[in-house]
Amino acid sequence: MTAHSLAPEHKPKMEAPSIKQLASRHAPLLLTIALIIAGYFAVGSAQTWLTLTVAGLAMGMMIFIMASGVTIVFGLMDIINFGHGAFISIGAFVGASTLAAMGGFAGADNIGLNLIAMGAAILTAIVATALIGWLFERLIVAPVYGNHLSQILTTMGGLIITEQLIHVFWGPDQIFMPKPEALKGAIVVFGAAIEKYRIFAVGVGLVLFAAMMWVMAKTRLGLIVRAGVENPEMVESLGYRIKRLFIYVFMAGSALAGLGGVMWGSYQEIVTASIGFQSMILVFIVVIIGGLGSVGGCFMGALMVGLLNNYTAFAAPKLALVSNIALMVCILMWRPQGMYPVVKAK
Amino acid sequence: MSEPLLTLEGVHTHIAQYHILQGVNLDVPKGGVTMLLGRNGAGKTTTLRTIMGLWQASQGKITFDGQDITRLSTPDISRLGISIVPENMGIFSGLTVEENMRLAVLSGKIADDRLDWIFSAFPPLRTFWKYPAGNLSGGQKQMLSVARAVAEERRLYLIDEPSKGLAPAIVSSLAKAIKDLKRDGATVLLVEQNFSFAKALGDTVSVMDDGHIVHSGSMAELAQDQNLQTRFMGLSMETA
Amino acid sequence: MLSLISHDTPRSKILTVILLAIGIGLLFAPFLFPGSRSMETAARIAVFIVLVASYDLMLGYGGIVSFAHTMFFGFGAYGIAIASDTLGRGFSSLAIGAIAGILVSAVAAVLIGLISLRVRAIFFAMITLAIASAFAVLVSQLSTITGGEDGINYQIPRELTPAFKLMSAKIFDVSVNGKLLNYYLLFFCSAGLFLIMLRIVNSPFGSVLKAIRENDFRAEAIGYRVVIYRTAVTSISAAIAAAAGALYAIWLRYVGPGTALSTEIMVDILLMVVIGGMGTMWGAVVGATVFVLAQNYLQPLMQVAVDATKPLPLIPQLLDPDRWLLWLGLLFILSVYFFPTGIVGRLRKNG
Repeated sequence: MTAHSLAPEHKPKMEAPSIKQLASRHAPLLLTIALIIAGYFAVGSAQTWLTLTVAGLAMGMMIFIMASGVTIVFGLMDIINFGHGAFISIGAFVGASTLAAMGGFAGADNIGLNLIAMGAAILTAIVATALIGWLFERLIVAPVYGNHLSQILTTMGGLIITEQLIHVFWGPDQIFMPKPEALKGAIVVFGAAIEKYRIFAVGVGLVLFAAMMWVMAKTRLGLIVRAGVENPEMVESLGYRIKRLFIYVFMAGSALAGLGGVMWGSYQEIVTASIGFQSMILVFIVVIIGGLGSVGGCFMGALMVGLLNNYTAFAAPKLALVSNIALMVCILMWRPQGMYPVVKAK
Repeated sequence: MSEPLLTLEGVHTHIAQYHILQGVNLDVPKGGVTMLLGRNGAGKTTTLRTIMGLWQASQGKITFDGQDITRLSTPDISRLGISIVPENMGIFSGLTVEENMRLAVLSGKIADDRLDWIFSAFPPLRTFWKYPAGNLSGGQKQMLSVARAVAEERRLYLIDEPSKGLAPAIVSSLAKAIKDLKRDGATVLLVEQNFSFAKALGDTVSVMDDGHIVHSGSMAELAQDQNLQTRFMGLSMETA
Repeated sequence: MLSLISHDTPRSKILTVILLAIGIGLLFAPFLFPGSRSMETAARIAVFIVLVASYDLMLGYGGIVSFAHTMFFGFGAYGIAIASDTLGRGFSSLAIGAIAGILVSAVAAVLIGLISLRVRAIFFAMITLAIASAFAVLVSQLSTITGGEDGINYQIPRELTPAFKLMSAKIFDVSVNGKLLNYYLLFFCSAGLFLIMLRIVNSPFGSVLKAIRENDFRAEAIGYRVVIYRTAVTSISAAIAAAAGALYAIWLRYVGPGTALSTEIMVDILLMVVIGGMGTMWGAVVGATVFVLAQNYLQPLMQVAVDATKPLPLIPQLLDPDRWLLWLGLLFILSVYFFPTGIVGRLRKNG
């Protein structure tokens, strides 16, 4: 008797998925829509609901920008970066300095000049955080590759040092970061006041998400990253120098955090060195409920957190953050690996 | 016999606190199929992984075509023209069959005649070309794993137990594909437990036990010698 | 004597001397170092030894990184504060507050452990960070109960305050009053908690924890339910942290976010445990002592350095006492790289 004769040949499952499978696959999207509908009934007024929904989407998009780097870096290299918040802070401070330096452009009554100022703030923040990300990877992450415990400790140390260095260079106080003129104020849609900046944030978030999905689905780089998240060893066996690729991905993740920092900073209009650490709370909630390593999950998770946060902040202001913790607990009880568990080869 | 393409000299490999390879000496001649036999836990998979650089040899030397590759990284070893079909097949289940295949060639473009040959050897890959590889059956995944390793001509193919747990029809299509490779003059190092599969394909054979090579010789010699088989593999091999 | 420390000896001559010096120093602190400032320092050291050792129980023995340890500490501290504030001063308020704080802490740890340790240990670090931060925000918002950012001042039993004189005579020039009693309450409770933890890590339970820390897959394969053990150690650790919080609250007679909840305390704990030596228990004693002393006496020294380097660019900013954390962070990373076993590990290696 030989072993192979025992193994049955499995029928491939290539037929169209059943409704149940479809519902299960799209459950996070359905859940988000349900949340928006539930928000409507909790809030009561259509105008307020519209305002809050746009605010929630805008907040969600900004959290997504900040969180996406954490989830990709973890997925690809199994590194959990507690220092990610440092890049958010640096992005915010560099962006604020650039906006201040271009005060003439940012304060002008000309949307073109305003956008140039905002663009310059974003660009400088991205470049600065990408470079610091490179340093961070080399000095703080690379020596403890493969050891989660040490990674948590050293990256946390890196966050502390960066926050302190921000104090050294920008002083101990919070700094003011006004939005460019054209992004201030609100427009009225169906009787609901919608802040212009929130529309801008939703736009930036959507463009970025679409671009990331396109890179992941359509480009060779995306192919390698997706394969690497599943089985980095096999990707190396096929001849790809994944460690080198990883540095670029780490820098990209840092740059995204920097961009998120600029967006978040000018949304709040006040920037402190601890802005990064504070954002990490929501970032972690988002990547955990989305499924560590999943970009799509991170996006849906960020939207849910943003929406829930705004609805609760209206209905019961003190419970906003607690409601997000409750959301995380519920999702973990439903799917212990997050909404979109990432299949890892062992 | 010609100059060996791959040579392992006194290779030791440690995994955590375990000493798995304890001085492996192995020659893989250029052209033809070298079988690596031995019971479970003898160190066959570790040998392939050490050659590929997936685990670092703690001692000893690995030479490929005259070049010392002991300390090279896995991607660099791959780029010298070595491909591997790993024990767990290493399929990217979230990617389509096509994407799996496209990744297997660094240029991203598989030659047409090569693809025709792969499709004729493994017809299901053509059928499910645009489908996620995770939905394939076990046998089809193994086909994909082998197809990926041979997506372009390589100088050495490392294949780890392709027949494990598969239906006879699939095993014979895999055997046929490896025979095709052999006919084209390829060099293959094949780990096997299935002796009939090994006998049909192997030219030379090395037997491992307890982290050492305990026997090397021609396949024909081992196939005829029941004693040797019993001694080295601890089981009487059926020739079914 | 050896059984008191569960036969877990320091295993190094220098370390033994250091530990004895710390122990004797703390035991006789009111007499050796009179003055309220040094009493405060000694009390802080004693409390942090317990707090850091309880953290080490989780990190060094369980292999779990938590960012909620100050939350557990805060449960104990706020338990005392809220009980004393609402029930009035008295020993029964202290007992109720302490027990409530410890219970809440243990139960919260079990719940967090069960949702996050099921999947992978790193979830625990991320989830505790989120939950502890949310808790801190909640405490500052629910000001009617917690006093918000201002915290709570409350009265403790008169027998534990300086106003209470046990005898009119002085011993070695130190007046024997309630404050002295309070110190010894804190000292002996801390010592007791520390010895309990030593007992735990040297018990069969401790051995299983060490096996899990070395290789959780193998421990699971041998048949230990890793999640259960990890959750259990988390819960014990949280309960002891709450007890430390309660002791500190009785000593300070004030509880606020700065003394019992801030992320800064969390960072301090991490530094103490790494500098002292993870997974050794004795490391907590050395780490907490060195750190608290440095905090109290090195920071003023930094000010001197700032004054000395005033004309130079950038250097004074880097040396500012407010940038204390910068240097600690640096020290922290270097310790993780080069001295992962901390001071205790180093001393043991050198005999």
